[in-house]
Amino acid sequence: MARVVFTANLARHLPVPEIRVGGATVGEVLDAVFAAQPLLRGYVVDDQGHVRTHVAVFLDGAMLRDRSNLAAPVRDDSEICVLQALSGG
Amino acid sequence: MPQPLHVATRKGLFVFERGAKGYASPSVHFLGDPVSMSFADPRDGSWYAALALGHFGVKLRRSDDHGRTWNDVGVPVYPEQPADLPESEREKPGAWTLHQIWSLEAADPRTPGTLWCGTIPGGLFRSDDRGQSWTLVRSLWDRPERRKWFGGGYDWPGIHSVLVDPRDPKHVTVGVSCGGVWTTRDAGSSWELIGKGMFAAYMPPELRDDLSIQDPHLIVACPSRPDAIWAQHHNGVFRSTDGGRSFREIANVPPSVFGFAVAVHPRDPETAWFAPAVKDECRVPVDGKVVVARTRDGGKTFQRLDRGLPAPAYDIVYRHGLAIDETGGVLAMASTTGSLWTSEDGGDSWMTVGQHLPPVYSVRFAPTA
Repeated sequence: MARVVFTANLARHLPVPEIRVGGATVGEVLDAVFAAQPLLRGYVVDDQGHVRTHVAVFLDGAMLRDRSNLAAPVRDDSEICVLQALSGG
Repeated sequence: MPQPLHVATRKGLFVFERGAKGYASPSVHFLGDPVSMSFADPRDGSWYAALALGHFGVKLRRSDDHGRTWNDVGVPVYPEQPADLPESEREKPGAWTLHQIWSLEAADPRTPGTLWCGTIPGGLFRSDDRGQSWTLVRSLWDRPERRKWFGGGYDWPGIHSVLVDPRDPKHVTVGVSCGGVWTTRDAGSSWELIGKGMFAAYMPPELRDDLSIQDPHLIVACPSRPDAIWAQHHNGVFRSTDGGRSFREIANVPPSVFGFAVAVHPRDPETAWFAPAVKDECRVPVDGKVVVARTRDGGKTFQRLDRGLPAPAYDIVYRHGLAIDETGGVLAMASTTGSLWTSEDGGDSWMTVGQHLPPVYSVRFAPTA
């Protein structure tokens, strides 16, 4: 199961402990996270399900470039980091 | 004692209470976070604050204990943006995504928990459960004229004014920048585009009078005479006496007819206040002097009020930056350079309450606790 880590900046707004969830793609993993914590969804993705402009998602150290396509495959030992971009402050 | 003031700023919500010796230091909520709008609900005592977080999007927080604790409630969420539309009907990415909560009002004064929310990009939403869930008013959103709306100042059009008729809450009139004035008589099932008489000098001549692209920066209605509506429009000041169906230009506002804010007296529809500035994108006080323009005769004559207001100064007052209390005697005004003033004599003289606040988006009087 992939490990998902959230920026500490989010902890100002809601609890975001590191968690492990299953899923074949980044989108599936994040959906599983949001199912467990529905409020978190709106902090990470916008109304159309796209990663917010000033949120950065990294899969195993590589930033996802396409905010509307979260189909990148996830390995069982993958790490997904959801970070606050330096832009947007 | 004057009512408390809720001041929504670029860096938090500041709540000022007036004591016998003046305003005390404010209580501060959400320090560091942009608060685009606030609303202290007179029906059930709730406080609402709309956040526009730079990274994590728009949030709506509600407090049921006067700001001691806050909780996330729901936010308006746009439906899935249609794909595969013909080129002529396609909208830009972001057109169906919430960018900002721009207005928040009680939908029915007699039914606690009912709310209207106007947003950027131009959606009107309704909640019947104190903000927990929201529904987009599709009857307005799906009007073909919406495709002609455009942003003014902001990149997207937005609904900044929601006027609920105290005689009949099913009668609602909204102001859109830039999308004109719209009214419903059936609580939002159907809409009519009104606002005849407004004109748009920023458009090609053939579109000057198109009602669906007007930029009323703010519209306000006199609570005791709801058909009396004042508009601070991009191209001047306008007044309606027929509920916004038609407007008459008021061209003699000193020192200029440009501005964003307007306030109307709660019982006297002839009395209104404005915060004039230099048009169009310049947006500073005329001659570097902060003044308020007031009429007491429906716009026939105006007084230029500056006692207690600064010069030289370059403060600009945004559309929600001028408020009047329930009595009509107390005004509050705040600027994007962090000044906050109040007047307790109808605008004749002003007292400085703060000079170094963050840029102010909105000032509202709250019910007395």
